Amino acid sequence: MLLLCITGLPLIFHEQIDDLLHEQVKAAEVPAGTPQANLDRLLANALAQAPGKVPHFLIWDRDDPNAMFVSVGPTIDADPTKNLLIRMDSHTGAYLDAPDVTARFTYIMLKLHTDMFAGLPGKLFLGLMGILFCVAIISGIVVYAPSMRKLRFGAYRGHRTRVVRWLDVHNLAGILLVAWTLVVGFTGVINTWADLVVKLWQYGQLTEMTAQYRDRPVPSKLTSINAAVEVASRAVPGMTASFVAFPGSFFSSKSHYAVFLHGETPLTSRLLKPALIDAETGKLTDTRDMPWYVSTLFISQPLHFGDYGGMPLKIVWALLDILTIFILVTGIYLWWRRRKAGVSQERAIANAASIDNPVLSS
Amino acid sequence: MIQHRPLAQIFAIPLVIAIASTVGLISALVGDGWWDAVSWAALGLPVLLYLVFVWRRQPN
Repeated sequence: MLLLCITGLPLIFHEQIDDLLHEQVKAAEVPAGTPQANLDRLLANALAQAPGKVPHFLIWDRDDPNAMFVSVGPTIDADPTKNLLIRMDSHTGAYLDAPDVTARFTYIMLKLHTDMFAGLPGKLFLGLMGILFCVAIISGIVVYAPSMRKLRFGAYRGHRTRVVRWLDVHNLAGILLVAWTLVVGFTGVINTWADLVVKLWQYGQLTEMTAQYRDRPVPSKLTSINAAVEVASRAVPGMTASFVAFPGSFFSSKSHYAVFLHGETPLTSRLLKPALIDAETGKLTDTRDMPWYVSTLFISQPLHFGDYGGMPLKIVWALLDILTIFILVTGIYLWWRRRKAGVSQERAIANAASIDNPVLSS
Repeated sequence: MIQHRPLAQIFAIPLVIAIASTVGLISALVGDGWWDAVSWAALGLPVLLYLVFVWRRQPN
């Protein structure tokens, strides 16, 4: 848990850290309302920089409206997590750069935080740790009651032994942060199931939506991706494109462009909605809301990352994380002292809370 | 020294803070601007309270 809290801290500010540590080519400054580049041209420019690679995804940068990414792999069915991300200027369609993010400090922190470089088993293991974290918090609430029976809220017994003083600050910080730690802990657990949720969606809704295409051959020539995005945006008014999965890639069928759209409020901007475009005819074949289990995953992401209320929320998030580290450290100390002393903590508390006894409170 | 306090009393303040935190967690999801500000204040509250209590710690 300590590892998760410590690696999580820089991840709150990952964009700022990346900006600071890594030079990146700036996209052209354009006046508001400048139309986007034609996506077919943008794609062609990107592929010219990556000979022999095939496009998997076209992704709009959430944080920078002037940039977008083309994710390319060696073949269409290659593992998309090993893809190369090519950054493109979204207005001029020009190539910006294709940095190797895997050497970055934030990437290493992210790997340590999500799977400890051990893939799905690592994720599920950390998910289990997350569940234990939530259990520990709840048990903390339970033992909070007896230890506070004779104390005012926030009491700090400054003249007592270190165990008692640390117990007091542990109790205070723990009970103050309880709602936040539970939410961040539990949404973190949900995030570890992301891979499974996506698989479930692929075999469930995506298979259903593309059932009549199952026996069709792979389209020999793809229609315009620019037109596909336009068709999808028209079909789902009020939403904007977030990313497009190419036919045959991880998030689509072999015959469709899957255009994923998002809404405009902080909440709906997290909820993606797929619109499937036949890659041979360019016509919309189906669009549906995601099933509840995918929506749950989408909503649990901002609640874990703290990236949905601007910089002040990130700072508050970081402060809460630091306090959580402090709760963990004091908790470990209390547990270790209790083991060493072999004295029941309950009794120490009871003693400490009753009339001061100089013999007991050396 | 205070006498034994009932559970309701022990958990009164923690409950208020937990509700405030929950409101803070949700409000920034609902909207921008004021909603964000509510979230900063509500989630900053536990941190602030912690600092206040540690600052004026005293033997009781």
